[in-house]
Amino acid sequence: MTQSGYASERETTEGRVFTVTGGDWDTVTGSVDPLSNEKIVVNMGPQHPSTHGVLRLVLELEGETVTDVRPVVGYLHTGIEKNLEYRNWTQGTTFVTRADYLAPLFNEAGYCLAVEKLLGITDDITERANTIRVLFMELNRISSHLVWLATTGMELGAISMMLYGFREREYILDIFEETSGLRMNHAYFRPGGVAQDIPESAIKKIRDFLVYLPKKLKEYEDMLSGQVIWQERTQGVAVLDVTGCLALGVTGPVLRASGLAWDLRKTMPYCGYENYEFDVPTATTADVWGRYQVRLAEIRESLKIVEQALDKLRPGPIFISDKKIAWPAQLAVGLDGMGNSLEHVAKIMGQSMESLIHHFKLVTEGFRVPPGQVYVSIEHPRGELGVHAVSDGGTHPYRVHMRDPSFVNLQAIPAMAEGALLADVIAGGASLDPVMGGCDR
Amino acid sequence: MTIEPNESTTEGVPVKAEPVGADIDAPAQVPSSPRKGMFGITGTGDVSGFGGLVRRHPEVVGTPKPYGGYFDEVTDALEEAYPGFADAIEKVVVDRGELTLHIKPERILEVAQIMRDDESLRFELCSSVSGVDYLNSDARRLHVTYHLTSMTFRRRVRLEAAVPAGGSLPSVTSVYPTADWQERETYDMFGVIFTGHPNLTRVLMPDDWEGFPQRKDYPLGGVPVEYKGAEIPPPDQRRVYQ
Repeated sequence: MTQSGYASERETTEGRVFTVTGGDWDTVTGSVDPLSNEKIVVNMGPQHPSTHGVLRLVLELEGETVTDVRPVVGYLHTGIEKNLEYRNWTQGTTFVTRADYLAPLFNEAGYCLAVEKLLGITDDITERANTIRVLFMELNRISSHLVWLATTGMELGAISMMLYGFREREYILDIFEETSGLRMNHAYFRPGGVAQDIPESAIKKIRDFLVYLPKKLKEYEDMLSGQVIWQERTQGVAVLDVTGCLALGVTGPVLRASGLAWDLRKTMPYCGYENYEFDVPTATTADVWGRYQVRLAEIRESLKIVEQALDKLRPGPIFISDKKIAWPAQLAVGLDGMGNSLEHVAKIMGQSMESLIHHFKLVTEGFRVPPGQVYVSIEHPRGELGVHAVSDGGTHPYRVHMRDPSFVNLQAIPAMAEGALLADVIAGGASLDPVMGGCDR
Repeated sequence: MTIEPNESTTEGVPVKAEPVGADIDAPAQVPSSPRKGMFGITGTGDVSGFGGLVRRHPEVVGTPKPYGGYFDEVTDALEEAYPGFADAIEKVVVDRGELTLHIKPERILEVAQIMRDDESLRFELCSSVSGVDYLNSDARRLHVTYHLTSMTFRRRVRLEAAVPAGGSLPSVTSVYPTADWQERETYDMFGVIFTGHPNLTRVLMPDDWEGFPQRKDYPLGGVPVEYKGAEIPPPDQRRVYQ
């Protein structure tokens, strides 16, 4: 006896014989629901122009509707956290800066604040160093948001926005280059202060930029905000409300676009942010449009902070006075970036034995950090950047973990995209502003 | 493509080699203890006079009450809301202005639930989940740390649960869905198994990777140099200050 659906069988002297008859294809195809079975699985990425870097999305589609998304990350994992454990505490900044390459100064800031907290010198950081840090972080926030605007514009079909965004960002990178010697991956913030003082020429450039950018911002807003295609592609797309954001750990502009004014610069200030006047922009739409509005408003708020920081800049030391922690070398920007200044080399090699010893000990061995662990978090352009640093009392970090907002926020892609159209996956993913260098570290 | 073991070397094609130290429980090499000497070398190489230097590992001791700040309110509220407090909390540590609750691993989910839901605690956001490997200094060497943030009260607290290598603890994804990828990362890097996790697979390393890279006994590997058979030793075997 056979059940329906299986081949019929009978016992013979040669053994069991199955009778397989040809099914009628009409009945086979007719019994299948054409809608529910037209599923295709599309692999998008990791090399795809609109996934913001090496993000891979495995999409299950029914027609143009996305029924299932699985983000796959890890293609840019470079072992930064592991590498840190074999370098001294100062060298750590050169590694963390390479994590989220669009916001290198935030990585450095988070790491340096964690090391300083471990050392217990948070309050000893000079005012000028803190002001420079705030100034540069806000410039970096602007440049990061400009890249967001540029790439999102490109992904949604506004190619000219891409060109403009990158052009404006170049202004900021010039300022960074003038000060730290490098456009990206600066290693400019160091535990104890900043690597070197900000030159007058860079301050002039920043002042020019403060006049230049607001005009341009208005142009971009005029270009995009009234545009019907831009509105259609962003309004009501990839909605994630406050509950969803908190459950999934999404912070930053995405959380603020859903209405919660949670900004660590205000709620848990660091680096003296409590002394600056600025607003925390929010939106209530919780969609891509709201995130666009929040980011544009944040650029304007950052410009305000930059201006205040410039006014606050007073002459003074940029490094902590403790010579056991302060980087001993005098640095200078050369053609190939930042390095020891020639005068300093001449001094330690020719004149002062003590300086040479001090330089040698601190550069090769580094300083020791008392054992313990700290968690420091700062407001990164993409959300909360947390640095969990553990010391065992040695000259190297025992463990440093970076809670990168891109990594955590990317978990929200399924929640935002499932049930929507394929094109909205792009808009939603872009609105999270993931940077895979930070996500994968 | 699968490559059979002992396959003869063909030009330019890597042949299968046994992964060094990839076994989960028996690492091929344990790095020389950084607790002795100063330069990471053993034997006769160290003529600095620091060769006999022994650095003790600091014991993490519990902090006596009162803890100061909001820490007392947090611990009192937890004690009131959670009947198993005395059993679940191994110790309370206050260091550098941060509160750490060391929790028995099997109780972590219950504690997380109360930390999130109790009205006087309200730790709505699980900021970060990660791990630390305390090799040679703790028998339960793998510590999982949870950084919780209360947006209502603007507070932070760290939960820490210690498991031995190959150990497991309940996943908190049912309370904090954001812990999903972060627990996967902790599994990926340390091999801590989170029971009840919906999809505990590797997230950063490739799916077929063997071993857990962030463990302290994970072999680092050197770089061969094409000069008289020389090799740059792995970073933990170089002559460096420790």
